[in-house]
Amino acid sequence: MADTLLEVDDLTKRFGGFVALDNVSLSVAQGDRVGLIGPNGSGKSTLVNCICGTLHNEGGSVRFNGAPVDGMKTHERTWLGMARSFQLPRPFTSMSVKDNLRIPLIYTVDARAKSRLTQAELDDRCAELLTLVGLEDKAQKMPRDLTQVEMRKLELARAMAAEPKLLIADEAMAGLSHSEVTDIVALLIRLNERGVTIIMIEHIMTAVMSFSQRLIVLVSGRKIADGAPQQVIQDPDVVRAYLGQ
Amino acid sequence: MRSSWFLLCAVAVGAAVFGLSRLVQSEYFFFAGYVVLQYIVLATAWNILGGYTGYVNFGSAAFFAIGAYASVAIYKLRTLSGVVAIDDHVLFEIPKALLVWLSDLPIPVLIVIGGMIAGLVGLGTGYLTLRLRGAFFAIATLALAVVVQTLITNWDYVGGSRGAYILRPASAPLVGNYIEYLFLIMLSLAVIAVAAARAIETSRLGYGFATIRDDELAAEASGVPTLKLKLIATTLSGAFMGMAGAPLPYYVTYLDPASGFSLAYAVNSIAMPLVGGTTTWVGPLVGAILLGTIQQIATVTISSAVNLLIVGLILIAFVIIAPNGLVGLVQGWFRKKDT
Repeated sequence: MADTLLEVDDLTKRFGGFVALDNVSLSVAQGDRVGLIGPNGSGKSTLVNCICGTLHNEGGSVRFNGAPVDGMKTHERTWLGMARSFQLPRPFTSMSVKDNLRIPLIYTVDARAKSRLTQAELDDRCAELLTLVGLEDKAQKMPRDLTQVEMRKLELARAMAAEPKLLIADEAMAGLSHSEVTDIVALLIRLNERGVTIIMIEHIMTAVMSFSQRLIVLVSGRKIADGAPQQVIQDPDVVRAYLGQ
Repeated sequence: MRSSWFLLCAVAVGAAVFGLSRLVQSEYFFFAGYVVLQYIVLATAWNILGGYTGYVNFGSAAFFAIGAYASVAIYKLRTLSGVVAIDDHVLFEIPKALLVWLSDLPIPVLIVIGGMIAGLVGLGTGYLTLRLRGAFFAIATLALAVVVQTLITNWDYVGGSRGAYILRPASAPLVGNYIEYLFLIMLSLAVIAVAAARAIETSRLGYGFATIRDDELAAEASGVPTLKLKLIATTLSGAFMGMAGAPLPYYVTYLDPASGFSLAYAVNSIAMPLVGGTTTWVGPLVGAILLGTIQQIATVTISSAVNLLIVGLILIAFVIIAPNGLVGLVQGWFRKKDT
């Protein structure tokens, strides 16, 4: 079995009296392609926010690459190798597409290497990332000039610019057409083939099933299933959660 | 253009401005010019935090006054006996000559001291308030201004509410005339502030500031240490505001809390970058020259009381016509021309 990259133990998060995450435990091995699904309000985004440090969990712990990351700030977790894309694209609107990619390179890759990339190296890496996601002809465009699918690709490219070990794609396909969804799934598989472990949070089941090697289901802040996708979708608890009694 | 080249160009422009100013045989010109230059520094300083990172600071007057009162506090050292005692028990004595020497420190040194104190206050304010965002941060900075003003008003050593008088030296170094000397100092400070703002804007630090302005959550997720960067911004911004205020007591010769914490400083330091444009170093420079000059003209032609009314009307006009300021207006015009 491959080495464990991410370990979440008994994670609990409350908002006042509302329990958003209730003792959620999971582990993700290096190189995995994991799908995380659940109805709206099941705690998927809260889980991502707790893993990435955007929210602080009240109970439980998160370990990344064997070391605890509880109490660390989001940018420190990014420096360790966690990256995420957001449910709604959040580009840096005052910067060109290329400059959006420069930010993780100068702040994360440099911080990790404790040295500075030269201008030429920055240009090369931006060009490589833009080619990887198919935005090579949009380098100088502003985010407002991009289509919805291009914006999603920029979001993923910016996450990849941090050279992560783990990429969490939070509903990267919401609102896209069927062909655009296929495009993004292919992109995520390409990223995984480069050695990046990916957790994909998604509602579009065709995308989840074609991407995931493993499926985790959250309902009302609890993990109710974890296993091979074909088995999980036939699990009676999962069927009940999605279709009702 | 490299920052060092830009600094050289800025120094050359500053030298040209000073040379041309000396051709004008009017002391009032230097008085008015000092105020415009002071606003260039103040607006540029405000823009480092408010424009580059998007954190609106309503407490500019407090940082400015901290610089001014630091100079007053140093000047007043000459009034102290130098004896440090507790309950009539003398702990030690500071030589009177040393106190007098300290109270006569040259203005550039006062500027450095005022800047350091205001910068430290900026750092402290940042630690206390930067977890707040938007309107909450702005209100917290406004509260800071009220707290600092209350402290100064009740600090008898610097004159309290009745104010403090400063006696200018009879002559000034380099140029002889004291007002011309103050003008030269403020001109130098404006050159340094503008060059520093441009250097920040084009550096990695400037990119980091811009990510905070655009989307703080995405910035953190991209590895930008946002809190650290915001603390750098509050410190730099506060320091330059304090520097702008440090020569004020020698300019006005009488300083009281009402003039040191004047609403005009808070309003102008925000209005000038907004009118010029907040995303580049050019904006506060253009805004300060434009609004500062209009106010000086209005002071001598209409009334000094009408100043803030003019600022308010111009600000309203710009919010409607050019929300990104003059720089944004010009950039938009060029963009349209290109397409």
